[in-house]
Amino acid sequence: MSNSSKTWTLWVDTTLCCNCGNCVMSVKDEYVGNTFPGVSAPQPDRGAQWFRVDRHVRGGGSQLDVTYVPRTCQHCASAPCVAAGRGAVRQRDDGIVVIDPVAARGRRDLVEACPYGAIEWNDALQLPQHWPFDAHLLDAGMAEPRCVNACPTGALRAERLDAATRERRASEEGYSPLQPQANTKPRVLYKGIDRLKTVFVAGNVSARRGEGIVENLEGAEVVLRLGGGTDPVRTRTDVWGDFRLDGLSAIGQPYSLEVVHPVEGGLSQAGQLDDCAVLSFQF
Amino acid sequence: MSVKRALLRSILLALPMVISRAARKDRSVRTLLGARDAVLQIRLRDGSTARHYVFQAGRVRGVAGAHPAPDGEMVFKNVDVALGMLNPKPNYAVLIDAAKNFKVCAIGDPAVVWFGQLMNAVGHAGWSYGIALPDGARRYTNLTNGGPIHVDVKDGRVVRTQPIALQPEDAASWEITARGRRFRPQRKSLVSPHALALKSMVYSDKRLLYPMKRVDFDPNGERNTHNRGKSGYVRISWDEALDLVSGELRRMKTQHGLGSVAVFHPAHHQWGNINYWLSALFRFSNLIGATKMGFSPVSWEGWYWGAMHHYGNNLRLGTPGFYGTLEDCLQHAEMIVFWSSDPESTNGLYAGFEATQRRLWAKELGIEFVHIDPHFNKTAQLLGGKWIPVRPGTDPALAQAIMYQWVIDGQYDRDYIERCTAGFDEWRDHLLGVDDGVPKTPEWQEAHTGIPAKDVRSLARRWGGRKVYLGAGGLGAGFGGACRSATGDQWARCMVQLMAMQGWGKPGVNFGNLQFGTPMDLNFYFPGYADGGISGDVINTASSFHNFNRMPHVVTMNPCKQVLPRQHFPEAIIDGRCSGQPWDGTSLEGQFPRYEYPLAGHSRVHMLYRYGGSSLGTIAHSARFIEAYRHPSLEFVVNQSIWMENEVQFADVILPACTSLERWDIAEAANCAGYMVHNQNQMNHRMVVMQHKCIEPLGESKSDYQIFLDLLTRLGMGAMFSEGGCDELTWCKRIFDSSDLVGRISWKEFLRKGYYVVPPDPPEEKMSVEMRWFAEGRSKDTPEPNPLPAQYPGDYGRDLPTQSGRFEFVPNTLRRMEAVDPSRPAVNRYIASWEGVGSPQFTRYPLQLLTSHPAYTFHTYGDGKNSALNDLPDHRLRVDGRDWWVLRISPDESARRGLIQHDLVRVFNDRAAVICAVDVSPMVGNGVVKAFESCAVFEQVSTPTGMVDLGGCLNLLTPSRTMTPTADGIAPNACLVQVEKWDRVVLTEA
Repeated sequence: MSNSSKTWTLWVDTTLCCNCGNCVMSVKDEYVGNTFPGVSAPQPDRGAQWFRVDRHVRGGGSQLDVTYVPRTCQHCASAPCVAAGRGAVRQRDDGIVVIDPVAARGRRDLVEACPYGAIEWNDALQLPQHWPFDAHLLDAGMAEPRCVNACPTGALRAERLDAATRERRASEEGYSPLQPQANTKPRVLYKGIDRLKTVFVAGNVSARRGEGIVENLEGAEVVLRLGGGTDPVRTRTDVWGDFRLDGLSAIGQPYSLEVVHPVEGGLSQAGQLDDCAVLSFQF
Repeated sequence: MSVKRALLRSILLALPMVISRAARKDRSVRTLLGARDAVLQIRLRDGSTARHYVFQAGRVRGVAGAHPAPDGEMVFKNVDVALGMLNPKPNYAVLIDAAKNFKVCAIGDPAVVWFGQLMNAVGHAGWSYGIALPDGARRYTNLTNGGPIHVDVKDGRVVRTQPIALQPEDAASWEITARGRRFRPQRKSLVSPHALALKSMVYSDKRLLYPMKRVDFDPNGERNTHNRGKSGYVRISWDEALDLVSGELRRMKTQHGLGSVAVFHPAHHQWGNINYWLSALFRFSNLIGATKMGFSPVSWEGWYWGAMHHYGNNLRLGTPGFYGTLEDCLQHAEMIVFWSSDPESTNGLYAGFEATQRRLWAKELGIEFVHIDPHFNKTAQLLGGKWIPVRPGTDPALAQAIMYQWVIDGQYDRDYIERCTAGFDEWRDHLLGVDDGVPKTPEWQEAHTGIPAKDVRSLARRWGGRKVYLGAGGLGAGFGGACRSATGDQWARCMVQLMAMQGWGKPGVNFGNLQFGTPMDLNFYFPGYADGGISGDVINTASSFHNFNRMPHVVTMNPCKQVLPRQHFPEAIIDGRCSGQPWDGTSLEGQFPRYEYPLAGHSRVHMLYRYGGSSLGTIAHSARFIEAYRHPSLEFVVNQSIWMENEVQFADVILPACTSLERWDIAEAANCAGYMVHNQNQMNHRMVVMQHKCIEPLGESKSDYQIFLDLLTRLGMGAMFSEGGCDELTWCKRIFDSSDLVGRISWKEFLRKGYYVVPPDPPEEKMSVEMRWFAEGRSKDTPEPNPLPAQYPGDYGRDLPTQSGRFEFVPNTLRRMEAVDPSRPAVNRYIASWEGVGSPQFTRYPLQLLTSHPAYTFHTYGDGKNSALNDLPDHRLRVDGRDWWVLRISPDESARRGLIQHDLVRVFNDRAAVICAVDVSPMVGNGVVKAFESCAVFEQVSTPTGMVDLGGCLNLLTPSRTMTPTADGIAPNACLVQVEKWDRVVLTEA
C-alpha cells in the first residue's frame, strides 16, 4: 500500500508513563519562540498546554495506583475543528490536523469546537493553537515527532498506518480512544486508560497468632459479589496478605466480599462501590 | 648564522602575514585583532634577535629590532626555547617547563594575554564545527546535567534542543542475556526534562546581561551592607566591574591579609571540564589565595559518616560499588527492595532516564519490587509492587527488626558471616536485646516506624535467604533520601549490615536498582569533572591521579589553608568562629579530626566571591544566611551568576556569566570521577561530547573562564592563569589530546560531529561483579578508585580496607570514637531522630517535612528563571499568576486544616515560613508532607504573621544541626513543621 493512504498514529501506553515531562518540554522547546510557516505561530512563552500530562490516582492506604495520561490534539479523522474551521483548519493527507496560523486568526470559536479541550487561545496573537504533530519536522525527514523522540520509556510511539491496520493493531494491543463518546475517530490512541473508568476492591487479610502477634495470611481465597447478579470474581491473597480485584465498572452498586481460608475459616464485609475500596480482615 | 636562528627569524618575519591571512578567513581573529592597539615584542634574552609588531586599527606590521617601550614582550632564554614555544603544535610539557623556570618571560599582562589569545584564534582559523541542516540551521552538540543534546541554531538563535540519536556508524550497543531473553538499550541519549528546557533558560528574562552594582553600595564610602537583598542595582561597565572587584581583591590582601577572601561555589553548575568550579574556579581561587568552603558529602551523608566504617569504600563516600550488577541482577535476582530510592525522580545522578528501560526489563522478567519510602514515589508508581510507607527517619528501626527476624528464623548466611565478617555475635546480641534488654522485634519497630509488625515479618521472610537486590538511595548504591536525616548514619549502616547478613556479593545478592552496572569499557580514559580540569589543583581535586599525568599544565596551589565549613558559613560570619569535620576520603579516620575557623593567625573572611546562587534553596536552615549576608564584617560580596535568582540579590557587584551553550567546553556525560568514580556507568553508552559554542554569549555576559581571566589579567596573573593566553577551545584540544580519544576519532571529526561513543568491552572481557571476589574469598578484581594500599591491613586488594580486613558489624574505628561521640556508637543502636515524632517540638509542629532531590530540575538548575519546567504542575503550581512550590499532603491532613487542592499554605516552624501550593493525594501518608529541596526563587515579604518566602525555599525551615556532634552531615529530612492555609495578606513596607 502506498504511503499516501497511511496516516500518522500516536500510540500512548499509559502503563509506561511516569510523568517525566520530557514530552511536554519537547513541545514547548519546539514551538516557543519559533515560527513554522503554514504549521504554527509561536507558542506563548509560558503557560500553554498544547501537550500536558494529567494524573489519575486510585485507592488509599498502601494500596494505590497512579495513571498518567498525556493529553494533546487527537488528530481526529472526523475532526470537529476541521468542520468548524471553514477552511482555517485542514487535514493533511498524512492525517495531521493543522490550524492555519494565518487563516485562523481571530477564530476563537475553534477553541470550543474541540471536544478534547486540545485547542488553546493565544490572546496575544488572537490565534487558536494546538500541537500540530511536528508536521514541519516530519516533512523535513524526521522519523517521529519530538515528544516520541524524547520519551524514555516508549510510552509514546508514532507510526504511519492505514486505517485497517490501525484498527487491527489497536484491538490486538488494547488501545482505544480517550473519549469514544466524542466519536471523532482520533488517531491518538490509548492503552491502560481503563483505570480512568474503573475501580478496584483491595485489602489485606491477617490472622492473630496469640501473644499479640499478627501475621499476614497468604493464600486466602477472596470472593467479590457485586449487585446486579453478575458472577462473583475471585482471587487469592499474596505473601503480604494483600489482594486486589481490579477493573470493576459497577460503580455505585452494592458489593459483598468474602474471605475464606481452609484453617482460619471465613469473614465477610459489604458496602457500596462508590470508589476504590481498601479493606482489612483479621481472623 | 645557524639554521635554527634562521628558522626563528623567518618565523618572526612571517608572523604578520600569518595573522592577516587568518583574519581574512575568520571572524573571531578579526574581532580580536581589532580589539587592541599595542606593540608586542619578541626577542632573545641576549638581544641578538628582536622583532616587534605594531598592532593598529585591526592591522599588524612587523618591525626589525627592539622597541624601547613595548606594551608586551616575550623574552626567550635562547633560540631553542623560542622555537619550542613558537611551534604551532607545541609540546605543552616543554612550554610549561620554560614558563615555570623563567626560560621565557612574558611581560605586560594585558597585552601578552591578548596576544596569546589572538595566536590561539589564528591557530583555530578555518576550523569547522557542527553539521549543516537542510533548512539553513546548524546542528551542534552540548552536554548538560541531564545528558547530551543536539542544539539546532539558526541566525544566531537556538531553535531547539533534543536528545542525540546514535547513528549506525557509532559504536554498537551492548547486549545482555537473562532468563532466556536478550536485552539491548535504546540507541539515543535518554535525557532529563531540564536538558530539554535549556533553551527557555538561555533566553530567560532572569538572565544577567551586563555587570551591575547595588545602588547604595559605595566602595569608597557607605557600603550599606544591611541593605543587601533589599536595594536594587544599577548597570555598570565591565571595566568598572573588573576594576572594582580586582581593587577589592587587592585591598583585602593589603588591609586584612591571607584568609580574608572566601570563594564559595555551589556543588553543581553548568557541565564541562573547563568552566566548572573544580576547574577554572579552583585555578582562579588558588591564584588569588582564598579561604575555601569545607563541604560535606551532602548527598551521601550517612554513607560517609556511617556505612563506610563497616567496610571501607572511603574513596567512594562509603557507598557500595556497582560493577557488573546489571547483568547479575537481571539474571539472578528474585526481588529488588527500593529503600528511600526513587531513581525515576532523581535520574540517578546526571543520568537522565538511561536506566528506566532496564527497570522495565526487570518488571518484564517478573522480578518483585518493594518500595520503602514515606512517599508513593514515581518509581513505585511506574513499577508497582509492595509499598511500605515508613515514618521518616525511623528506617533504622525497621531495618533492625528485619535483621532480628532473620536471626529468629535462621534466615541469614552463616557461612558468609563466619568467613567474611567480624563482630556479628555482638551485633546479634544487640538485635536480640541481650545487651540492652530490648529485643528489636517487628512489634518493637511498629511503635517507631508505623509499619505493622506483620508486614515486617512478611518482608523479612520474602527477603531472607533469597536472591535480593537492595536499591538503597536514588543510585541504588547510595545517594539522597534517608541518608540525609538525623538517623542517616544509622540507616546507611543498617543497609550494609543487611547485605552482609545475606551474603553480599553472591549471585543475585547485591546493592542496586539497575541504575548502574552496564557492561561498558571503563578503562577508556576521559576526565570527569572531579579530575580537576584545568585547575592544576592536585590537592583539592582528583587531578593527580590521572589528569595531571596526562595533560601537562601548570600546578596551582592555594597558599591559604583556612577552610570554612560551608554549612556553618553564617556562624563564621556572624560569630566569627565555627568548626567542622573534614571530608577526607583517604582513610576511614580522615573525618575524625575537627578543624577550626578561623585558622590560627589567619584573617577572618571579609570578602565573599560567590559563584552562582543556590544557598537559600539548598543549604539546611538557610534562613541564617540572610543575617550573615547583611553582617558588616562582610565588607564586599561579588556574585558571578548567569541568572538573577536566590542569593544573587544579596551581592554588591554582579558579574554576568553565560550558559554552556555560549562557550566552548568538552566533557563526558555523567562522568564525575573523583569520589564518584565511574558514575557514567549509569549510562547505556559512554558519550564524550564537544560542547560547541552554539551561540555568542547573550548581552555582555561572558564565560566563567573569561571572567576569571579578565580579573586576573588586572592583577598581573592573566598569563599565568591562561598559560600564555590559552583560550577555551585550545584547552578543549589539550583535554582531547590528554584522553584516549586520540587514535579513536580525529579532532577534526570530533569537532564536526560533536560526540564519540566509546564501544563497550567485548562480552568475553566483561567486568566482574561487585563484591563477588569478597564472597568467594579471592583478591579484588573490580576497580579500586585510586590506589591507597596503606588502607589494607594485609596484602593490597585482599580483604576489605577495615582494621580487621573483614566486614565489621561493630566497626573498630567507631569503637575508638564512641567515648567522644556517644551518639555515633560502635554498635549501631537505634537512636530516635532529634527532630521527629516524639521530639519536644512535635506538639507544635506535628508534620514531618521531607525535601528530597528534585524530579524536574537539577538542584536549582532549571527551577525559577521563568524556565519551561515551571509549567509542569508536579514541579510548580500556577495559582493567581504565580508559580508556587508544591507541597504534597494527605487527604486527612489537608481536611484537618480545611484545605482543598492547590490551596496556598504557610509552611512554618520556629526557623522561618514559606508559602507553597498543596497537592492533596493519598501518595503521602498522614503526618508527612513531601516536597523537593533546591528552590531557585527567593522572595521574602512581610506579613502580619512575620516574614514569609513566596519562592519556596523550604531549606529555610530545615535544621542546621549536624547528624551527630562528630558526624558533620546535613539532616534536612529531620524537619518538623506546621501547615496552615495562607490568608495572602502581604504588608507593604512603610
